[in-house]
Amino acid sequence: MIDQLVHLLGYDFVQHAIEAGVVIAIVSGFVSRFVVARNMAFAVHALAELGFTGSAGAILLGVSPVLGLLTGTVVTALFIGGLGVRVRERDAVVGVVMAFGLGLGVLFLSLYSGFATQAFAILFGTITGVSSGDVILLLAIGGVTLLALALVYRPLTFATVDPEVAQARGVPVGLLAIVFLLIMAAAVAEAVQVVGVLLILTLLITPGATAERLTAVPGRAIAASVGIALFSVLGGIALSLLTNVPVSVFVTSLSFACYLLGRFVVGPALLGRERRSAP
Amino acid sequence: MSPSAIRFEQATLAYQGREVWRDLSLAFDEGAFVAVLGPNGSGKTSLLRVALGLARLSAGSVEVLGEPPRRGNPGIGYVPQGHAFDRDLPLRGSDLVRLGIDGHRWGIGLPDRAAVRRVADAIASVQAEAYADAPIGRLSGGEQQRLRIAQALVGDPRLLLCDEPLAHLDLRHQREITDLIGGWHARSGRTVIFVTHDVNPVLGFVDRVLFVVNGRWAAGTPDEILTSERLTELYGSHVDVLRVHGRILVVGEAFGSGFELEEPHHLPVVDHDAAGSADQR
Repeated sequence: MIDQLVHLLGYDFVQHAIEAGVVIAIVSGFVSRFVVARNMAFAVHALAELGFTGSAGAILLGVSPVLGLLTGTVVTALFIGGLGVRVRERDAVVGVVMAFGLGLGVLFLSLYSGFATQAFAILFGTITGVSSGDVILLLAIGGVTLLALALVYRPLTFATVDPEVAQARGVPVGLLAIVFLLIMAAAVAEAVQVVGVLLILTLLITPGATAERLTAVPGRAIAASVGIALFSVLGGIALSLLTNVPVSVFVTSLSFACYLLGRFVVGPALLGRERRSAP
Repeated sequence: MSPSAIRFEQATLAYQGREVWRDLSLAFDEGAFVAVLGPNGSGKTSLLRVALGLARLSAGSVEVLGEPPRRGNPGIGYVPQGHAFDRDLPLRGSDLVRLGIDGHRWGIGLPDRAAVRRVADAIASVQAEAYADAPIGRLSGGEQQRLRIAQALVGDPRLLLCDEPLAHLDLRHQREITDLIGGWHARSGRTVIFVTHDVNPVLGFVDRVLFVVNGRWAAGTPDEILTSERLTELYGSHVDVLRVHGRILVVGEAFGSGFELEEPHHLPVVDHDAAGSADQR
């Protein structure tokens, strides 16, 4: 098995898949922690589905599907951010925008004949389609995303855990909500490359949700989230190469296994230790 | 001549077309412990929001620590109405307190020993050392409230604004929290503005009262304001202020239950505890 993997490593497409996978997993791990803390699973799903619309449009126009995807997610993020800043109306706005956007996606799909393979790749993920140009593009998007996240890290944390005091302390809570939607838009565009639109939550929710179960220390939670995303993506790529089963099957399975293990086995032990010693 | 911690000049606040209070003109000196009292919906929280720069007056003016209100004024510490933190929030009490120092700054922040020491001092000042490193969502309401106070105090504020910090706490925890805030006030000589629907828990500390009812207001010492005459005038209907075992009960026909300020469910507890707390004072 190992021999087989080493042999496969010689192929360009495998190397590109691994390079892309590392970048995507790191970005997903960082962003996932905030997606979970801010309860934005539904928004992530909407961004991904409208990313599908974007990339379907891009394929129809003959431009880069990755850029189309990114355009779709960014436009959606701006729509959601502009229309629904208040938490109460956010989910409704997400639903409204998502429904219309998906309708457009169906239109693009029907206009383009011979689209089935690419549609499958976008919906369910693939690793074979990553070119060296794509890797550089993903690296650039990922770098900008992480830089933006680092720039807003402290006020975003403040606004996430304690919005009232954050606002009183001068943190631009509303602006940060939109900035984070854009960060999510970029992270979704990245993660879709591996797991596809429909399985996006496995990289943008599961690692952060698992990390929450392991530790209450913010830095460790991020490290755990990144670690789980890396393990799931790289493990998924390896297993997919060995079996020819689509990569997203293994990524979702591995990240789900991490969640179960973290929630029921490792988490209770670790969090118990972090809790106070005296009653 | 001592400067004012907060000064309103003919200030009127309207919210969605409705006047919350009007022509508020008053000043509280630095070093005062002010209780802001009144029924629900009378604009007590709005008053803090104006001071924090989160809401704007529709007329008149206000100065906080000698300048117009602005968000992020480092001279102000703020303890919000406490909602419990989510149980699984990956955050420790010490992280919450740390946000009070540099949570509003951009970037990830570099290791800072001075800040870590200030956080530890603030946590010690509210006696929360035992659980400051536990997940904050797993702590009790009283423990979370102590950490919120530590967060408000870590910036060494000149003015501490507290919005119903005793809500959802039982009597023992109420007393612990008021002792903490009263103790800080006595040690530091700084100003406290304390919004509450029940003055009794802070009666021992308060030297100024602002009572707001239906857009009208009255301000002064507790003895001046908390009288049957003043509150009858303010409510516009007959009100009796009773002093029982060192506690103050406001009784009036305007209140549905005919008993207490506005939350009848507090009353049995107040009655029950009246004798005990008077003994301890």
